[in-house]
Amino acid sequence: MEKIISRLQLSFALQDIREQRPDLWFLSIAKNNAVSILTSLRDIHGFTSLILLTAVDYLENNVFQLTYILRNYSMNVSLGIEVKLPREAAVMDSIHHLWQHAETFQRELKEMFGIDFPGSPGIDEGFVLEGWDNIPPLRRDFDTRKYARETFFPRPGRTKHDPRDQMRSKLYSDYSGGEK
Amino acid sequence: MWEGDRSKFPEIIDGKPVIDLDSQKYVKIWQGPQHPGVTGNIALEVTLCGDEVVDLKTHVGYLHRGFEKLLERRTWMQGFTIVCRICVPEPDTNEYLFAAGVEELSGITVPAKAEWIRTLTLEMARLASFLMWLGGQAAAFGMGTVGQWTVAHRDFLLDIFEELSGGRIYHMYIVPGGVRADLPKGLDRRLEDVLKKIEILLKDVDRVLFNNAIFKLRSRGLGIVTRDMVDSYGVVGPVARAAGLARDLRKDHPYLVYEKLDFDIITATGSDAFTRAQVRFKEMYQCIDLIRQILSRMPDSGDFYTPVPNVLHWKIPAGATFVQAEASRGEYGYYMVSDGTAYPRRIAVRGPSYSHAIALLQKLAINTNIADLAGLMVSLQTCPPEIER
Repeated sequence: MEKIISRLQLSFALQDIREQRPDLWFLSIAKNNAVSILTSLRDIHGFTSLILLTAVDYLENNVFQLTYILRNYSMNVSLGIEVKLPREAAVMDSIHHLWQHAETFQRELKEMFGIDFPGSPGIDEGFVLEGWDNIPPLRRDFDTRKYARETFFPRPGRTKHDPRDQMRSKLYSDYSGGEK
Repeated sequence: MWEGDRSKFPEIIDGKPVIDLDSQKYVKIWQGPQHPGVTGNIALEVTLCGDEVVDLKTHVGYLHRGFEKLLERRTWMQGFTIVCRICVPEPDTNEYLFAAGVEELSGITVPAKAEWIRTLTLEMARLASFLMWLGGQAAAFGMGTVGQWTVAHRDFLLDIFEELSGGRIYHMYIVPGGVRADLPKGLDRRLEDVLKKIEILLKDVDRVLFNNAIFKLRSRGLGIVTRDMVDSYGVVGPVARAAGLARDLRKDHPYLVYEKLDFDIITATGSDAFTRAQVRFKEMYQCIDLIRQILSRMPDSGDFYTPVPNVLHWKIPAGATFVQAEASRGEYGYYMVSDGTAYPRRIAVRGPSYSHAIALLQKLAINTNIADLAGLMVSLQTCPPEIER
């Protein structure tokens, strides 16, 4: 694996190279070179399979990190390529021409993180959500509890049987609630 | 594919059919999301010319529960009760991968006994999952009785799981640090009884299903995955092995105690639904053999759990990892990112169905008969919950 990394370094400016396990490496690369390095890994270095494409939201740094995980089956090594994108302009080049199933990952990322992949087939069709009218739900600034309170309001006429209130009123009516 | 006059079928331009629905030559119908011919809650938007599929689009989202978001709002230890719910037929792979990822990021070593017990549960889950698939595969071609037999035998395995963990479907047995409890006394004997029952069942199924003319005629040549499609469509597991590729993470990248067990990767070259069924059927025998090997070689005593820090305040060092295991359907993966706090920054789950049920199925369904679509889908052993999580 070290040989492949050193060969890649001749052509690309790699950053933050780290060995997580002997069979799993990670490296970072600039957005402009990402598709080139993925093509090179697939066609020259034997990383023929795209295992995963996902994103991590670093809200505090105002960036999204895309992670492409590729696998080389002849060497039994996986390589994670990390690409940082600014959150305001979350647009990335599509890789559907390299792997047919990449479009599914990209559709999901568009819906769940709002990261656009122009040109990717069916990118605007949505993946699992229907009629979603809020910010993409896997972003860190999406508050699930607030959304649920605003969207799924209590049904009118619904009686509530909170076990704590029930026990207090029926069973332990003389209990002061721990206060003296 | 109808081999007669195809002048009435849509013209293919750039590998895609040109379909004008207004011409009234085509019918668009939905198979699913509630349909006996689909696996779980998934919908297939099928365009037909006669009874031949000319276009197919997979729609998911009927079982989306937002597990990845839920995991970000729970502590590391609370997560293990959630991940098993990602996959109904085989939850243990999720439990193992979540635990393995947490252990790798936090530098915890699991005792040897726990590794043996984990391998045992993974193989039992694999066998239970294959039993469910076998019933579905037979039922998709009109043999519902086989499904009744196999689901009944899966229940015997679930009895063992219940005794082991207290749960039949979701076991929540593999936790970060080891497993929740030691094997109950006499479990090996009761498990052996179940294995003997399953062996008798498999002999019957072999006679009824694999020597059945209807099954052979309908499944041979159905959904052929060519060698060059394997990488470009993300094909893994028995589907890739039926295409002649000896890829099995249990051998390629041995985890737990798989390198101490004797087994070979089962491959075939037919690469159609029938060959995939044969590969899985042989893997069921392999599962039984592996369970027996594990029971005979497992250490009798030893710790089954490594104490972990106070789980309420357990901070995992910052880092990222990707752990993988071979489930019954193929390579399953967990990408886990920690930012050094008590909560995960991101956990992404990659199940084999993610590529099989969408990109691959959309490709393979073209030119198949509508009646064979259910059989094709089951032959890819798709599981919608792991697509949408």
